[in-house]
Amino acid sequence: MLAKRIIPCLDVRNGKVVKGVNFEGIRDVGDPVECAEEYDRQGADEIVFYDITASFEGRGVFLDVVRETAKKVFVPLTVGGGIKTVDDIRETLRAGADKVSVNSQAVKNPQLIKEGADIFGSQCICVGIDAKKIADHKWTVYINGGRVDMGLDLIDWVHQIEKLGAGEICLNSIDADGTKNGFDIEMLKAVCDNCTIPVIASGGAGKIDDFSEVFEKTGATAALAASLFHFKELTVQQVKEHCRSKGVIVR
Amino acid sequence: MIAVIDYGAGNIFSVKNALDHLGFENELVSDCDSIKSADAVILPGVGAFPSAMKMLEQSGLIETIKEEAAKKPFLGICLGMQLIFEKGYEFEEYSGLGLINGSVRYMDEPNLIIPHMGWNKLEKLNDCPLLENVGDDEYVYFVHSYKAHCDDKNIAAYSEYGGCVPALVYDGKYVFGAQFHPEKSGETGLKILKSFGGLI
Repeated sequence: MLAKRIIPCLDVRNGKVVKGVNFEGIRDVGDPVECAEEYDRQGADEIVFYDITASFEGRGVFLDVVRETAKKVFVPLTVGGGIKTVDDIRETLRAGADKVSVNSQAVKNPQLIKEGADIFGSQCICVGIDAKKIADHKWTVYINGGRVDMGLDLIDWVHQIEKLGAGEICLNSIDADGTKNGFDIEMLKAVCDNCTIPVIASGGAGKIDDFSEVFEKTGATAALAASLFHFKELTVQQVKEHCRSKGVIVR
Repeated sequence: MIAVIDYGAGNIFSVKNALDHLGFENELVSDCDSIKSADAVILPGVGAFPSAMKMLEQSGLIETIKEEAAKKPFLGICLGMQLIFEKGYEFEEYSGLGLINGSVRYMDEPNLIIPHMGWNKLEKLNDCPLLENVGDDEYVYFVHSYKAHCDDKNIAAYSEYGGCVPALVYDGKYVFGAQFHPEKSGETGLKILKSFGGLI
């Protein structure tokens, strides 16, 4: 049986791991390669690096981080942030990423998903979505780190990206993100029920039960968290032991 | 020296990184002579079956691969494993390397999330030197949408996902194929690659 994945996410700026709260108030929390190695030791099923650097120089430093990590950590690496073109995808994969995560740029130019999937394969194109509730069972897609509402219906977007050849969705709830009140079960259910590609739950994890809950109540195949693991409130191992005790299959 | 065939498909650096980490001398190669002089050969690959075969054809490597796979340890990984079989049905019917009898088809069981992406348990079926150090409760990392259909006798280990997914295939001599990514499967994957390198 396929195991549910637990995925720690590292936000990286100028070669350092940082962690923002609601996309603001960023703090430094360490060396990304060391953090990735630690997560690997804890049993992380995959590691996500998210580049929040704005500058060209910062991009080079970031790709060095990916390159170094790929030499030391032998679980899948997903890399997101700042990917705008097919060349960016190629460069990121060549640095050692197994998958890229595209978000804002995919909304602005959906053909990026198709071109990426056609050239590199669907398996390495993960589409990140930031969405916010606007009415009962209705959500819209935001871009630029959750700042700009595109007025695009979440479920319509999910259908579209699946058709374009995305291999996976990483669904972040703007409402839940940073609250530590648990994953956005309602939104995740809506998306999982409307697509046949894997969905990663993101945003809102605050306690150990949130992980077993998201797997029990939704079709999500993976759960992602950042600050919870960064600040050592929980280890990946503890989360997995808890999930296992609740009958959730984990590695 | 282990030759890792670079024919323009996929993230070959992951395979190289894992071999480097294990201390196996290796080279990324794209010519017949390097494959002939190597002690073992790895065929990696992500992407689509027909385009990968076309790239191998254009590189003029197919005959050499077939000859060398009969003489020295040969490991296909992911798409590289699928290419080992006689035929693939991704977009169109296309001939593979035919090193093991069988074909590769879409995993179209109803309600199955595709791709099969993530860690799944290896269930051992037949003896295989690559599994000597692998226990009964170990997971490996998969990401694929097509799977092999072949004789049970060639399946060293399988995983359960909408039925049986051949995970590690073996011809009983030199040819191995891993549907999963040993280079991305943590300690378990490294053990499998170590056993492969140990065959030299």
